[in-house]
Amino acid sequence: MRRPFTREQRTTILAGILCFVLLLVVLQLWLFTATMNAYLGGDWSVIWPAAAASTLGLVLNRGLLRYLYRIERTR
Amino acid sequence: MSEPEHGDAMPDPREPVDPRIDTMAREGLTGTAPQSLYQPLAASEHITRPPDGRSMDEQPAWRMDFPIDWTQDLHVARRDFTKFMVLTSGAFTAGQFWIGLKSLLEAAGERLIPKRIAALVEIPEGSIVTFTYPTDHDPCFLVRSPSGRLIAFSQKCTHLSCSVLPRPADGTIHCPCHEGYFDLETGRPIAGPPPRPLPRIALEVRGDDIYAVDVELRTT
Repeated sequence: MRRPFTREQRTTILAGILCFVLLLVVLQLWLFTATMNAYLGGDWSVIWPAAAASTLGLVLNRGLLRYLYRIERTR
Repeated sequence: MSEPEHGDAMPDPREPVDPRIDTMAREGLTGTAPQSLYQPLAASEHITRPPDGRSMDEQPAWRMDFPIDWTQDLHVARRDFTKFMVLTSGAFTAGQFWIGLKSLLEAAGERLIPKRIAALVEIPEGSIVTFTYPTDHDPCFLVRSPSGRLIAFSQKCTHLSCSVLPRPADGTIHCPCHEGYFDLETGRPIAGPPPRPLPRIALEVRGDDIYAVDVELRTT
């Protein structure tokens, strides 16, 4: 299979993907600390919705990484 | 070793051209240098050639992951950093589920058993009694405020679990580790780093005795 992008193009795509991934990880960090604070404060109603949101973030990140490896594949 | 014949080898771009011929291919101050002389011999992204001479598309995967040219190395470094960030993302998600599981286990746990703290007459106004509740590893204190009200809180600071010290005369609870202050009446943080109020111990007066019956966790 011929590569659809040159190495320079892929580096640009990678920079964009990295921005999205970092944004999602920071969001997950905030979600985790907020959930921990709520759990220690006895407010357990937010735990499972926060876990679902964090899972969504992981799925998005995993998808972006998969795409990154897909455009790297040469054969 | 004989010289290659003219036309057999690649033309040398530095070969002088006839200056009398007016052509678009000429560049430079003298107009004698061909345009190809100023063009890069290779793409900037592939400066180093693989030793076997084959193209990059035909190289094994490991050669892509251990590049020599820094532009390619930058790409690999960023890609690996992205991979690490996705792993971190997975760790945060695992942490969320760990909190969820802990909450399920705690919800399925045993109900708290009331525990006698002291007799009512043993606690005059402004005095402090320490006790443990619900387990022996959970230090708490009971204060009888100057107004006669009975107040009990966990003694673990909500910042980093240092022991807090009630100050009934000031109406505050002080954490000496990081200068945190709580309100004595409500247990809410009023200064310093503590993020949450102190857990309140629910009390019951049965006859002449004071009992701890529950722990109330709060976020505000």
